[in-house]
Amino acid sequence: MTAYLLRRLAIAVATLFVASLVVFSVLEILPGDPARLMLGLNASPDALAALRTEMGLDRPLAARYLDWLGGMITGDFGRSLTYSSPVIDLVKERLAVSFPLALIALTLSTIIAIPVGVFAAARRGKAADTVAMGLAQVGVAVPNFWFALLLVYVFAVSLRLVPAGGFPGWGDSWASHWQALRALILPAISLALPQAAILARVTRSATVEVLGEDYIRTARAKGLPYRRVLWRHALRNAMIPVLTIMGLQFAFLLAGTIIIENVFYLPGLGRLIFQAISQRDLIVVEGVVMLLVASVILINLVVDICYTIVDPRLRGGR
Amino acid sequence: MSLLQIEKLTLSIGGSQILRSIDISIEPGEIMGLVGESGSGKSMTALSIMKLLPPGARAGGRVQFDGIDILSAPEAAMCRLRGDDIGMIFQEPMTALNPVKTIGQQVAEGIRWHTGANRADAESRARAMLERVGLPEKEFPLTRYPHELSGGQRQRVVIAIACALKPKLLIADEPTTALDVVLQRQILTLLRELVNESGMSLLLISHDLAVVAEMTDRLTIIRDGAVMEAGETVQILSRKTHPYTRQLAEASTHVPARVAISKPGAGPSAAPLLEVEGLTRDYPVRPAGLFARASRFRAVDHVSFSIFPGQSVALVGRSGCGKSTLARMILALDRPSSGSIRFMGQEIGGRSEEALRPARRNMQVVFQDPYGSFDPRHRVERLVAEPLHLADEKPGAARRRDLVAEALEQVGLSPLDIDKYPHEFSGGQRQRLAIARAIITRPKLIVADEPVSALDVSIRAQILDLFADLNDRLGVAYLFITHDLRVARAITDTVLVMHEGKIVETGPTEIVLDNPRSDAARALLAAAPDLGLTLRKRLAQDTG
Repeated sequence: MTAYLLRRLAIAVATLFVASLVVFSVLEILPGDPARLMLGLNASPDALAALRTEMGLDRPLAARYLDWLGGMITGDFGRSLTYSSPVIDLVKERLAVSFPLALIALTLSTIIAIPVGVFAAARRGKAADTVAMGLAQVGVAVPNFWFALLLVYVFAVSLRLVPAGGFPGWGDSWASHWQALRALILPAISLALPQAAILARVTRSATVEVLGEDYIRTARAKGLPYRRVLWRHALRNAMIPVLTIMGLQFAFLLAGTIIIENVFYLPGLGRLIFQAISQRDLIVVEGVVMLLVASVILINLVVDICYTIVDPRLRGGR
Repeated sequence: MSLLQIEKLTLSIGGSQILRSIDISIEPGEIMGLVGESGSGKSMTALSIMKLLPPGARAGGRVQFDGIDILSAPEAAMCRLRGDDIGMIFQEPMTALNPVKTIGQQVAEGIRWHTGANRADAESRARAMLERVGLPEKEFPLTRYPHELSGGQRQRVVIAIACALKPKLLIADEPTTALDVVLQRQILTLLRELVNESGMSLLLISHDLAVVAEMTDRLTIIRDGAVMEAGETVQILSRKTHPYTRQLAEASTHVPARVAISKPGAGPSAAPLLEVEGLTRDYPVRPAGLFARASRFRAVDHVSFSIFPGQSVALVGRSGCGKSTLARMILALDRPSSGSIRFMGQEIGGRSEEALRPARRNMQVVFQDPYGSFDPRHRVERLVAEPLHLADEKPGAARRRDLVAEALEQVGLSPLDIDKYPHEFSGGQRQRLAIARAIITRPKLIVADEPVSALDVSIRAQILDLFADLNDRLGVAYLFITHDLRVARAITDTVLVMHEGKIVETGPTEIVLDNPRSDAARALLAAAPDLGLTLRKRLAQDTG
């Protein structure tokens, strides 16, 4: 068990290291001078020279890489040119929106998807299954911004239950926390629905497969009612593929939500990356990409740990 | 009054008639055997009693258990019956237990559900039951998971689940078919003890007449969903009045007629076809903890033997004794840790895939499972012609078709089958296809890993005949890997007995099987069910 986790951890660290090499060298491989690329064609030679010094472009490659790596380990991701503030502060500010948003969306999607998937699997081939999977098909097919607009129209514009957009910040009081949470409700729902549709389909097919296993018959032969067999015996065995998809979805929800962020005017990570790329703020791009790589690796590590909780066969020697 | 009374049971699934007319009655404390070939409806009869039929199944007739009409009983009433009054054991112990729950949870679950006992009480009852089926607490605490147990141990857990609440009727569906003979003996003995202790009835489903002859009081033989013959076991099997009973009995003791072929080393000058010397294979064992030392498991331990051209050799042993690992090394699918394998005078170990081609061409393989060993999307022509890529000169399309047609004919299939897909063949026919695939390159040696153990007795007899016939006609040598001594006796000249990685006894098949010297061989023989012997013993008991 410990050996397994340590091995996973070692793999995670190694992956992170390789990723840093790739991210760093991509920047180096980009044609032309990074400083010129960032400042544009009309930059004055003085500004260019100043930036080059600041970025350390006059120093050897290996030294620059080690500096960059060392900086990141100590939490220094460099300064953004366009925002003139440390990258780490920018990211922290955006994560305060993106992380809760992703977490709420994933929770919602899981709460919807697993019961629906199991329910459909238990009634496979019957009307309830057809309807549930039909809805899931729609959920996958319809773009999430369309859901978002629909939700805004109904709950914000007509019913006036929640704000239509913007983010007030988390604040210090419970009241302001609540206001911030309210601002995230519609975005979270619009992100969750398509994810839930995918997850429900995965849950259904995993459960259908498990229900065909011999041990399900053994459990039924004990006299357990079908429902109990479904929840006590089938679900946990069906969780492995579901966990895999959930891990992928959380990684996507952290940074791939730019469309929803735009619909709701949310200052999230997705918009930060988008703006940094369009303004050629390479230092920000570099830092944020590394952080995202790190979080994806971390999520995978968590998923690996969840596997061992679900499946004793992966725990290895006792 | 009978405990179980089945009258004119019919069953259809999606328009196809599975059961036509089944009548069985079981008295309290009686052991009833249900015998039939695959597809005869044995398992469906059992599932009808449990009312655990697949969706879309429609049952008719009457199933009366302990005064309850099963077929019209509501699901809630069935849940009360299952696991409490009727227990069931299944064929495949490797998949019958939930991999993510401990054995304690799985045994205690039914006890808690039916008796409403609290966790501690249920666990102590589960503990006692596991103890009873031969899984002592010291080695097998309740917290063990199924993957930490062997097949035989898992089957004991399944029996503990089924018998935990002392059911009135136990249904055992081929409970020992997936186990080796020694384990089979142990499990059958356990079942008999449990029946005697609690006075429960047992419905024992099997395709093996020898097992049924030994275990049961009465017998029902079914075919195509209808009862052929029923009555006292010893009477039915010794008189064999019904033609189908006679056919089954003959098939299960069938010995193919073999021309006396070249005895081991026909003339002292004959060079061995295969020479194995000091062959050893170690597997690393994953260390138990982070700082524990990695250890080794020796699967094959200094094995040496030879096979001469045309010789038929049996490699027998219990499951896990290293038979399959040895075969994989001979087939160059696994590398030995040490030792040498010479085939047709040339060393196999350490050669590149390209250099192995002549050896591979002359050495083919037939596996156990005729269902799993073919790609379902390929036609027979492509499947059977597969080994031809080992030929030095690739045959043209027309030549290839001729070769496939010829191979099909040799194994008793029609050349017209060449464009069919595997699913269009029965299990026995598929095993013929596998043999056709093996002989198409005219090999000198065929390694057959349990080639008939997945087949029904009558099909098994035919396939054994085919093996014997090909041995005579083509002079191909065999290495038969089997745990079934009847197979070894039927078609091999020499037998190698393997135990814990070592060859513990070698000799002419007849001599070794009649007078085993090693403990391992004696244990195998003592455990092997034998129809003729059992009947003689039981007849003597009845008269004496």
